[in-house]
Amino acid sequence: MAKQHPISATSTPDSARSESESPVPKKAARPAQQVTAVEMGARQREISVSEFFTKNRHLLGFDNPRKALLTCVKEAVDNALDACEEAGILPDVTVRLDVVPTNGAAPSASQATRFRITVTDNGPGIVRQQIPRIFAKLLYGSKFHRMRMSRGQQGIGISAAGMYGQLTTGKPVQIISRIGPKAAAHFFEVQIDTKKNEPLVHENKQIEWTQPRGTQVTLEVEGKYQKGRASVDEWLEQTSIANPHVRLIYHTPEGETKDYPRTYHELPPSPREIKPHPYGIEFGMFLKMLQDTKSHSISGFLASDFCRVSPQLADDMCKAAKLPAHTKPRDLKGAAAETFYRTIQETKIMAPPTNCISPIGEKAILSGLYKQIKGEFYTAVSRPPAVYRGNPFIIEAGLAYGRRPEDQNKTKQPTAPKAEGEHEEDDSELARVIRYANRVPLLYQQSACSTFKAVLGTTWKNYGVAQSRGALPAGPMVIFVHMASVWVPFTSESKEAIADYDEIQKEITLALRECGRRLGLFLRRRERAASEYRRRNIFELYIEEVVEACNRLKGGKLAKEKLKGQLQKIANSRTGGAKTDEALGKTGAGPEGLPHSIIVTEEGIEGEVDLASRVESEAVAAPVQTPVEANPLRDEKPVATATKAQGKTPTGMKGKDAKRPKGKAAQMALFSGSDRQDRPDRSDRRDRPVSASKPRGKK
Amino acid sequence: MATKQHKTTPVEKKLIGLADVVVTAAERSKDPTFAIPIRALSNVSFNPRKGLIEMGDKKQTRSFFNVGMAKKFMQTMLVADALAELQRAELTTSLREIYYRTKHTIQDSHENTFDTQDESDPVIEDLEVSLAALREELHVRAENSGSIVGPVVFGDDGDRVDCSKLGKGGYSVPSIVEPEYLEIRRCTADFVLLVEKGTQWNRLSEDKFWRRYNCVLLTGNGQPPRGVRRLARRLHEEYRLPVYVLVDNDPWGYYIYSVVKQGSINLAFESQRMAIPKAKFIGLSSADPERYGLPRNVGIKLNEKDIARAKELMNYQWFKKPSWQAEIKRMLASGLKYELDALANKDFQFLTKKYLPGKLKDKDWLD
Repeated sequence: MAKQHPISATSTPDSARSESESPVPKKAARPAQQVTAVEMGARQREISVSEFFTKNRHLLGFDNPRKALLTCVKEAVDNALDACEEAGILPDVTVRLDVVPTNGAAPSASQATRFRITVTDNGPGIVRQQIPRIFAKLLYGSKFHRMRMSRGQQGIGISAAGMYGQLTTGKPVQIISRIGPKAAAHFFEVQIDTKKNEPLVHENKQIEWTQPRGTQVTLEVEGKYQKGRASVDEWLEQTSIANPHVRLIYHTPEGETKDYPRTYHELPPSPREIKPHPYGIEFGMFLKMLQDTKSHSISGFLASDFCRVSPQLADDMCKAAKLPAHTKPRDLKGAAAETFYRTIQETKIMAPPTNCISPIGEKAILSGLYKQIKGEFYTAVSRPPAVYRGNPFIIEAGLAYGRRPEDQNKTKQPTAPKAEGEHEEDDSELARVIRYANRVPLLYQQSACSTFKAVLGTTWKNYGVAQSRGALPAGPMVIFVHMASVWVPFTSESKEAIADYDEIQKEITLALRECGRRLGLFLRRRERAASEYRRRNIFELYIEEVVEACNRLKGGKLAKEKLKGQLQKIANSRTGGAKTDEALGKTGAGPEGLPHSIIVTEEGIEGEVDLASRVESEAVAAPVQTPVEANPLRDEKPVATATKAQGKTPTGMKGKDAKRPKGKAAQMALFSGSDRQDRPDRSDRRDRPVSASKPRGKK
Repeated sequence: MATKQHKTTPVEKKLIGLADVVVTAAERSKDPTFAIPIRALSNVSFNPRKGLIEMGDKKQTRSFFNVGMAKKFMQTMLVADALAELQRAELTTSLREIYYRTKHTIQDSHENTFDTQDESDPVIEDLEVSLAALREELHVRAENSGSIVGPVVFGDDGDRVDCSKLGKGGYSVPSIVEPEYLEIRRCTADFVLLVEKGTQWNRLSEDKFWRRYNCVLLTGNGQPPRGVRRLARRLHEEYRLPVYVLVDNDPWGYYIYSVVKQGSINLAFESQRMAIPKAKFIGLSSADPERYGLPRNVGIKLNEKDIARAKELMNYQWFKKPSWQAEIKRMLASGLKYELDALANKDFQFLTKKYLPGKLKDKDWLD
């Protein structure tokens, strides 16, 4: 939204005149409707950002009711998570969607047009004075002005959601916030004055609140609830994959409660704030910084307002630009500023520090994937930090592949023998790509996204996965890609797709290749063992038939058991016997030497076992039905500060709630054949020329 | 099934021998293996002296403990078992019934022993060649898909069948025509005319062509089945009747003629009993359109397959005679093929009244 500032600036009389005069000469034949510059000037006035939004809400992700509902949930949850993490609190977030009755009657969730969204967190709370502005003033926030990795970036999200609610239902945003057990809880009802972009407070009182700390936001918006691709459900599920340190409870409008337990008990390391890197600054921004700086000299300005610029280097750059180092920053204008800017861009400067980014981490990705996706093989890769346009970033990728052994067996046992012409149902399921930017799932515009292009560009065939030209790889597979950066380059303000920078693309590709290599190794090993197994299976299967046929040929006078035994002995000696058992993992031979991977077999889980088993125990501990407010800070009490939370794993939860029903069902069956909801939505299909031509490409 | 009076036939003995192979191998901890002669062009040779296609002695092995062959091996045993059952019960059956008889789902699996008939048919042919038993001896018959009419009298299951008194429909040639099943009691014909298509056979039969020219009319409705070929061979052998073959003028017609004359590649081992090396190709020759004034517009353009097949035929040793090379080249040069039916363009009875009489009078045929 930074670029929207100039909108109000364009309406000065100077620019108006030049615009009104130029079109006149050609149409001189029709003088009747000519308007003078004065008249036009009278009509020209400032456009408030809020007004701009009401007309352009699609820019922020409110194009249609379904997407709008998701955007509102997303903004509220992003804010909650950012706040919790910044305060060093392991987040407990509850999302509740309720159908709002219209015309007296409450329609079903799929028919409803109005929803009440309530998002509650256990974060630090918000001080009373700031509440109205945070929720009812666009472009107000703490995140825009700093170079620090966070989910939200612009301070527009939640207030835009509030404004959307205000526009569609006329209802104000309700906020309850409490900053600690000793402080009072405050209740607010706020709306935006769309002309002035200022909050209007409707209600402000102290109330009793069961939660000792946290914030609750309630929005009433027009929306449409529909499950499947790009739904609220999918978004929350994916959020839980990339944020295994979050406990998420979701009350669906249909009355279900989904509990995504916390499976990783460490907060991600708190990202540091950095100063901008000279390479990542555009000229306009550079000019603004020159005006705003507190330094009295340009060399001081460079050294203090940018990262990776030492006083020595700053002096060198001034020299190179032929400017005295003590020039006042505010005096640097026009051509001189431009030369200076260009000189800086040409100077060799060290890449920005990368400790400002906090990746999810391989273990956490694994645990997230394992928790939400039923598969056979999981792996995760975190790339070392890299830089695009002066912005550091980290790419992480993960893979979940295959079906659980128990599910594999299920499909192997059809009820009736097959007749001629009947075949096993062939599996033409395509892989699913789940994309994240700073831990936030991206659901729309998949094909415009750099991550998606990198997945398509990877030669999955090399890793034993089928892939037709220009298409996603085929098979029961979920591909996870995450980009963490202080500034994620989105293709649009609604933050749906990551822009296609070469550096980013390259990093994603490298991460995917590493995942692919591990998957390939896994598949090849499985294949080798399986083929041995199949060999023996075949013989064992046919021995019976051959013996029976021989017996009948011999008129029923054959020592059947003896012949069978002899043949089985030959079969065993010819298929490697014990070696096959080993290759099949039947002897319980350990992990398969794949780093950061989980392999699920019928006997159990291999690789990162401690982690996986913790998931299980956590799943046991997780209560399935939890009243919204009745569950404040159960396991957070000992973790008061961020420093304590890090590096310490809460234990002792196990057994506390052990009698609760097993939460294993929380794993969504992403691979179940019937659940084919991952069809691209319309907007997606329109801008996807590559895959649209895929079936024909195969001839 | 096996009754006391049942005498074990030689074929049954051979089938039981297969079970013995398995038992003996198992006892010695060896992989049970059969040797099966290869049924392909690479394993046949043309014997110019006898005028027959003969099978070579190249063999493939089929062993049980080989992933690629295990299923085939199992299927071979099942088919052998079914064939032995036929021997004991003294029944004949069709290929398709054998497929159904041997098809079942393997215990504790969802795999079928056979999925389609395409799997069981080659196994039967494998057994035929490896046991050196004819299909008739295995009690497997094909559909009756041939007809015969003319001055010949058969004894079939004790019934007297006079093929000159069967109207224009004639007698349906059974698939097994060995002397034990079909006896030729009398034959006064001068020659045998084997017609590719039923249409022309019907025309000739309706016009009583056989009466006027004193011949036996045979058809196999396309590629003649074994019964028809064997019957022609018997008439040729036992009554010294010359055999003339009337087929379409296309590569497939040529091949039908060559199968009748020299035997087929797939079942070359049966040539001994089936082939008629002295059979003559009476038409339709690529020279006929010009000679009999067939207009170009009743021809059909040769397609790519036809051309490829024709070139293949030219490379077969038994088509190497100069007259045949000229014949095929002429067809390729014209770029057209002609169906027998095209003769109707001149007159419905052109075949009966002009074409065949002319051919026979001029002895206008190819050897």
